[in-house]
Amino acid sequence: MATEERTQIAPAVVEARNEPVLSIRDLHVWFELRRWGFLLAGHVRAVDGVSFDLAEGEAIAIVGESGCGKTTLMRTILGLVRPTRGQVIFAGRNVGEMGMDGLRWYRSHVGYVQQDPYGALPPFLSVRRILEEPLIINRIGNHGERERRIRKVLEEVKMAPVEDFLPKFPHMLSGGQQQRVVIARAMVLEPKILVADEPVSMLDASVRVEILKLLEGLRRTHNLAVIYITHDLSTVRYFSDRIFVMYAAKIVERAPVEILLKRHRHPYTYALLEATPDPDAHNATVLKEVPPGEPPSLVKPPPGCRFHPRCVHKIAGLCDVEEPPYFEPEPEHLVACWLCR
Amino acid sequence: MAKEKRLLEVKNLVLYFRTTKGIVQAVDKVDLDLGYNDAIVIIGESGCGKTSMARAILRLLPRNVHTYSGQVLLGETDVMKLGEEDFRQNIRWVRISMVPQAAMNALNPVLRVGDQVAEPAIIHSGMSRKEALEQALKMFRMVGVPEDFATRYAFELSGGMRQRVAIAMALVTAPELVILDEPTSALDVLTQANIMNMLKQIKWNLGVSYILITHDISTSSELADRVAVMYAGQIVEVGDAFRFFASPLHPYSKKLMDSVPRLRADMEPDFITGQPPSLISPPTGCRFAERCPSRFERCDADPPMVVQDGRQVKCWLYV
Repeated sequence: MATEERTQIAPAVVEARNEPVLSIRDLHVWFELRRWGFLLAGHVRAVDGVSFDLAEGEAIAIVGESGCGKTTLMRTILGLVRPTRGQVIFAGRNVGEMGMDGLRWYRSHVGYVQQDPYGALPPFLSVRRILEEPLIINRIGNHGERERRIRKVLEEVKMAPVEDFLPKFPHMLSGGQQQRVVIARAMVLEPKILVADEPVSMLDASVRVEILKLLEGLRRTHNLAVIYITHDLSTVRYFSDRIFVMYAAKIVERAPVEILLKRHRHPYTYALLEATPDPDAHNATVLKEVPPGEPPSLVKPPPGCRFHPRCVHKIAGLCDVEEPPYFEPEPEHLVACWLCR
Repeated sequence: MAKEKRLLEVKNLVLYFRTTKGIVQAVDKVDLDLGYNDAIVIIGESGCGKTSMARAILRLLPRNVHTYSGQVLLGETDVMKLGEEDFRQNIRWVRISMVPQAAMNALNPVLRVGDQVAEPAIIHSGMSRKEALEQALKMFRMVGVPEDFATRYAFELSGGMRQRVAIAMALVTAPELVILDEPTSALDVLTQANIMNMLKQIKWNLGVSYILITHDISTSSELADRVAVMYAGQIVEVGDAFRFFASPLHPYSKKLMDSVPRLRADMEPDFITGQPPSLISPPTGCRFAERCPSRFERCDADPPMVVQDGRQVKCWLYV
């Protein structure tokens, strides 16, 4: 377990900037697998030793393929899943130990923007009612005060004129407008953190940038910390400060955006970047370099580095035996790869 | 370009739908042509009519069709003139097949995927079950699905594998043209790159032609020989992919290209303000005029399709 000690030491070096609004400490989320209802058949290690600090007003992107654990990480941050080990600390309190009241208080500070806006909005409620719901649940204001906040937040997400949209139902709105309502709902309680799960993947290319710029604007005006969960590196590049690359339940590389794009060290990060196309007709004339195989099972992850079975730079006798610790090739840049030793 | 023999020529294709709110002009006088072993990508925002156009070519139409007219020439035959049964037996899935949107989630859950891939070969190519299964295995090798997956069911496969199965189903009858509707939109980047590699190799080795429909411009460049941009039911620009991606002509194409986030170039993406017009009562002039930064007086009239630099563009700026 030598590696885990190191993962805990390293963040202190990296994140001395300002007071973190959220701290993730050595987070493990394992789901039990049972056979015939009672025999423990093992665990799905969905999140396996993740630590980081999120500074106030900072935007980070967690990038990885489906099944890498990024959604479980997000659900744990939202307090929907209790960690098996480790902590999610917000304002000095451990989210994993909170009761119902504590969680309600916590969730009023953490907004959630879902991936599919149409699925996330109740079809039988009007926009006004959708936005009023969180205020009612948290017993905020009287009717007039709530109405004032609803109008304010709709203006903030640039749904003008507000009057036109308040009585509408989700199916009457375009995809982009629906996503604005989802963002407004996440913002109406004036949270400190916004968790956005693939906020633009269901939208058209032209609307995507509009929504991302809207989120960026909100972040600046409210000094909001944002966690983007995504598999698309090209969209987060302009809208986040740091990028975390996740593979098989672990963060394998993390760095500020420019460093990650220009001086990435992990072979998996390289593969992700290589596979992401830019609009260039030359693409049609060549084949892309893609690592063979598929991500490993999280029930029995491979020993050593979890990427080694697909890695072209594998060092036999090392990568397949011992798990790489985090190396720091330059300040603020952490890589879990033996190539950086 | 016009001198070469064309595999597919679509002329003046019109497809209107009847709805309770009025007539929706989903595809409005579209011309398109495609050579042998050629790939054209059709890009545009959702609701611009790109899927309707593909379905019109394959005659997979819903019941509320109001107008369906024009010419679709496949080689020498005008397939619009064929009877429904004739079209089913000789064209659909025989010469033109399709990978519909979200095909990976539309596989039959109670059939083994091998049998599913073999089915079109039995029905359309008249193979025996045994031959068809062999053919299906051949397709599996080609699209990169391990052969022993043939006896599995769709739910036992990952998204990428299911998408490969859907593609194998479209290829099993050896069609000349495959229409791919958003083949990678729900997949991860690495899977997406794998599928694109596979589609490229199939095009190089088998000489099929593709019509690729997508709103993902970056991915579209992986397959494009030519690019067609569709806006509000019309094609506004068609041209060679190299020239298009280097410098699009139509103001809408330019805006669309500016909205693409790039990984390798330092170019902050921008969005297009406003919304596409309603297809129930589209503007009489240029349909993009309302959102266009270079709008001038002439834009109130419908612009003609003009040839500029070997490309076609429907814009008054180039007249």
